[in-house]
Amino acid sequence: MTDLAIHPAPHNRKRNPLFWRNTLEGYLFILPVVLGLVIWTFGPMLASAYYSLTDYKIVGEPQFIGFDNYVELFTRDRLFAQSLSVTLRYAVMYMVIGQIVSLLIALLLTQRVRGLGIFRTFFYLPIIVPYVASALLWRYLFNKEYGPINAVLQTIGLPAINWLGSPESALFSMVIMSVWTGAVTTIIYVAGLQQVPEELYDAAKIDGANGQQRFFAVTIPMLSPTIFFNVVTGFIGAFQFFVPAFIMTEGGPVKSTYFYNLNLYEKAFKWLEMGYASAMAWVIFVVIMALTLLIFRSSPLWVYYDGETQS
Amino acid sequence: MSAASARPAVLRIQSDAAHRRRKQVGIGTVYALLIAGSLMFMLPLIIMVATSFKSFNEINSYPPTFLPKEWFPNNYPDAWTYQNTNFPRWTANTLLIVAATLPGVVITSSLCAYGFARLKFPGRRLWFLLVLASIMLPPQVTLIPLYILFFRLGWLNTFLPLIVPAWFGGGALNIFLLRQFYMQIPRELDEAAIIDGANHLTIWWRIYVPLSRPALVSVALLTVLGIWNDFFGPLIYLTSPDNYTLALGLNMFQGLFLTRTDYIMAISTLMVLPMVIMFLLAQRYIVQGFVTSGLK
Repeated sequence: MTDLAIHPAPHNRKRNPLFWRNTLEGYLFILPVVLGLVIWTFGPMLASAYYSLTDYKIVGEPQFIGFDNYVELFTRDRLFAQSLSVTLRYAVMYMVIGQIVSLLIALLLTQRVRGLGIFRTFFYLPIIVPYVASALLWRYLFNKEYGPINAVLQTIGLPAINWLGSPESALFSMVIMSVWTGAVTTIIYVAGLQQVPEELYDAAKIDGANGQQRFFAVTIPMLSPTIFFNVVTGFIGAFQFFVPAFIMTEGGPVKSTYFYNLNLYEKAFKWLEMGYASAMAWVIFVVIMALTLLIFRSSPLWVYYDGETQS
Repeated sequence: MSAASARPAVLRIQSDAAHRRRKQVGIGTVYALLIAGSLMFMLPLIIMVATSFKSFNEINSYPPTFLPKEWFPNNYPDAWTYQNTNFPRWTANTLLIVAATLPGVVITSSLCAYGFARLKFPGRRLWFLLVLASIMLPPQVTLIPLYILFFRLGWLNTFLPLIVPAWFGGGALNIFLLRQFYMQIPRELDEAAIIDGANHLTIWWRIYVPLSRPALVSVALLTVLGIWNDFFGPLIYLTSPDNYTLALGLNMFQGLFLTRTDYIMAISTLMVLPMVIMFLLAQRYIVQGFVTSGLK
């Protein structure tokens, strides 16, 4: 009887009054998120798809104009292409540099030495810094005339760099800042490294593998699901980049840090082009989904899940 | 960790000896790298605090100094009470949003997580998949309709757009995190409670909530961190300076006094400080929160 209350037997579930009671109870528990998804996610998604086909300036009613917004985006709007390219370049740079730096730090933070706890605190601390504060801080650090980074460069005899002030280096400067704020990636790598079974290293050692061989034959394959997770979330996250560009450069110089979200924000909330901005939102949605799918599709080639035979 | 203790004793001794050897070889290098790396990661924050105590002239003089030549603690009260700003009010607003959001996140995410972890009903898998999918959903795509919705409801320039959605499940990631935790609680506990005549609401409240306190603390701390640091939400929904949060206020302040690096760093330090304290006191919970929502 008590067992039935929790797991209704499949053959009599339709007739069993307990089945309906359990169903009702189940939905009452998840009701908040069901309502939430409908009200705050799926409903708005549909609305956004419709708005993208309209001319809508918030005051007044949306005017249906078919695919005009999309045609405009892909044929005439040069800022659209520019902002998409900035975002993609940032995502790729951050992906490569961010993953490598985070993984190296995580390797360092899982060495067997005393006092690691304090070092972890130091490396993790930047995740709690608010974006506004870190953007203002890094704007000062990167300052060409009196910024600390250039002061150090000049002290050791290197030329000063116009970090945020030149179109060649502004985007890269933001990658540097993002690596600093992105310790969540490191945290997840540390957790992943801690789950690699010690026996595998021991076995590799008995087989005569050196440190480098153990890293590439044991660590990397065993860590590949974690790498996969970090690549996917890091990638999606990179497309959300907004606050530092908004505060530090406002998209400049010469639109070299004009991120897609900055463009979308200005279209929607500066010019109140709600229909056009909705079309922009759907384009970036499709781009992100397509690229994420690509990463997922590539995963059988390089992600190793324990218990599965490697081909 | 469980794998380590399951190893045969002989192997464990061998590998410990191996570790000791490895330790002796690389220990100096490891410490050198750890110290150099953590210095690099801490330097920006150290510079922020040091700059907040420098005089305006010292910041703008050449060559730059690392620590203040002369300490200016007055930057703090001066910045905090600067004309056309209202930092006390902005702090109060931020705390109000935290206080109104936090119970919604903790209670509703925990209820939903219990439903997904422990109750069997048709459609459960589908809804859970939708919850997971919504984690991956880029927020851009719902941004504009939500803005229009809040505009129609007359909620713009109020805290409601920042508070109310949090009461609807408290964020997919939190549901996922708590569900992972609830799945590990032995079922025998709820079955025993059902024999005693308890219903699921009682089981949730009397058994799961107390047992999942560490996970709930993680959720709560990540929520506080998220609200304290949120910039985009307040930027879009709050328009009059009286309603600003700390993050928005700091941005307005830097816009007005672009060159007053001393004041900007003082306010930044004040804004970061509560989060630093929270992190130092509860690093375990915060890190665990990131890990549980990140790893299966």
